Amino acid sequence: MPVSAGADGIKDLRTPLSDDDVRSLKAGDRVRISGVIYTARDAAHGRLAPLMEKGETLPIDVKGQIIYYTGPSPARPGGVIGSVGPTTASRMDKFTPALLALGLKGTIGKGYRGQPVKDALRQHTAVYFGSIGGAGAVLSQFVKKAEVVAYEDLGTEAIRRLEVEGFPVIVLYDSHGGDLYQDGQKVYARENA
Amino acid sequence: MRDVHVSAVADAVKKLCMEANWNLEPDMLRAFDRALGRERSAAGKQVLTILKENAEMARAQQIPYCQDTGMVIAFVELGQDVHVTGGGLYEAINEGVRQGYTEGYLRASIVRSPFDRVNTGDNTPAVIHVDVVPGAMLKIMVMAKGGGCENRSKYVMLTPAAGLPAVKDFVIECVKTAGPDACPPLILGVGVGGTFEKAAINSKKALFRELGSPNPDPTLDALEQELLERANRLGIGPQGYGGDTTSFGIHILTYPCHITSLPVAVTIECHAHRHKEVTL
Repeated sequence: MPVSAGADGIKDLRTPLSDDDVRSLKAGDRVRISGVIYTARDAAHGRLAPLMEKGETLPIDVKGQIIYYTGPSPARPGGVIGSVGPTTASRMDKFTPALLALGLKGTIGKGYRGQPVKDALRQHTAVYFGSIGGAGAVLSQFVKKAEVVAYEDLGTEAIRRLEVEGFPVIVLYDSHGGDLYQDGQKVYARENA
Repeated sequence: MRDVHVSAVADAVKKLCMEANWNLEPDMLRAFDRALGRERSAAGKQVLTILKENAEMARAQQIPYCQDTGMVIAFVELGQDVHVTGGGLYEAINEGVRQGYTEGYLRASIVRSPFDRVNTGDNTPAVIHVDVVPGAMLKIMVMAKGGGCENRSKYVMLTPAAGLPAVKDFVIECVKTAGPDACPPLILGVGVGGTFEKAAINSKKALFRELGSPNPDPTLDALEQELLERANRLGIGPQGYGGDTTSFGIHILTYPCHITSLPVAVTIECHAHRHKEVTL
């Protein structure tokens, strides 16, 4: 079912995502994500890459899933998680097309991505979301449960399974070639900067 | 001579690290308010509002403002009449970092080697710069420097013939290439002159000046204002979603240089500009 916006103009999404879910998202859409998302950043991707090259099973099934590029700060005793904002996504560009080919439907991060990732988003019907960089304290309140599911020795860089409720993101790159950065910046760019 | 025991240094650094990550300084909070008054972009205003809320939540809950709690950069002004007792000054600073990051539930983000990439587990070591100054005071300034913005910092060796126009263009180019990756609104520390390493260190030191305060040199102050206006005409805006607030401030620090040289270093700092200082 295509996703439609609620009364507040924000679209609600539940993982896992279908191709229809993804196709209904457009650059600039505000979205609330609920369900399970997985964290992975530089070191975890570095371990997933050789597995993908050899065609071996990954420690998480990425089909229909979302990977959040983040390394949370430690939870206080009794807390779920610490601060949990996005890291720069382009460092994971090298690994993203292969993950999308395996059925990954979304990534969450911040910053520009390379053309190969943009092409892969169209080819595999996937989406790149942004959460607000540096708003890690605010974002932590949308995480209801967090557990390490792989590479515990990597500390903050381990793969974590997060259960989120209404996690706020914006569509940066959609599956149709739309790009919020380009659209948004040209409105405010003034000549002779 | 005045004795300062290393335990006092470690204790001070521990507090600075925790406080820096939980409580944004008032200069940053004022910058959010100033920007909210000017920003035309709805998306940009929303980002700024959420960042203010983030600062309040971090303070109230003692949770880090950003999960990247940074690499600790310490600038120390060591009075030449101070005698540090009970151990080494550098180890005392690192001990403070160790305690602050462990006891404050701050993230360990440092690997022991750029090649084997094994996390040290307690965010040590810090990058420490010591200036020896007259007097009997020990001043410690600490910055928790985020990695995403640091990765967009840049250096260039220009020619004297290229001069000021090239310096200006380079600074603006740095803002463009930093883009949304570095979490705008950005603050830029610009070191001009000196040598390769002096310019880089000055680009960090420049960030410790209170945001929004004028450069003590009127010529440099005018240059900072000109560059800030140009940066904010780029349209990048908060988080790169488009808007008028791409930078909160540009701080320039200069040093004499060789007749052949015009070194320029730009440290890119994100809106999570976490800096604290104490004088012992």
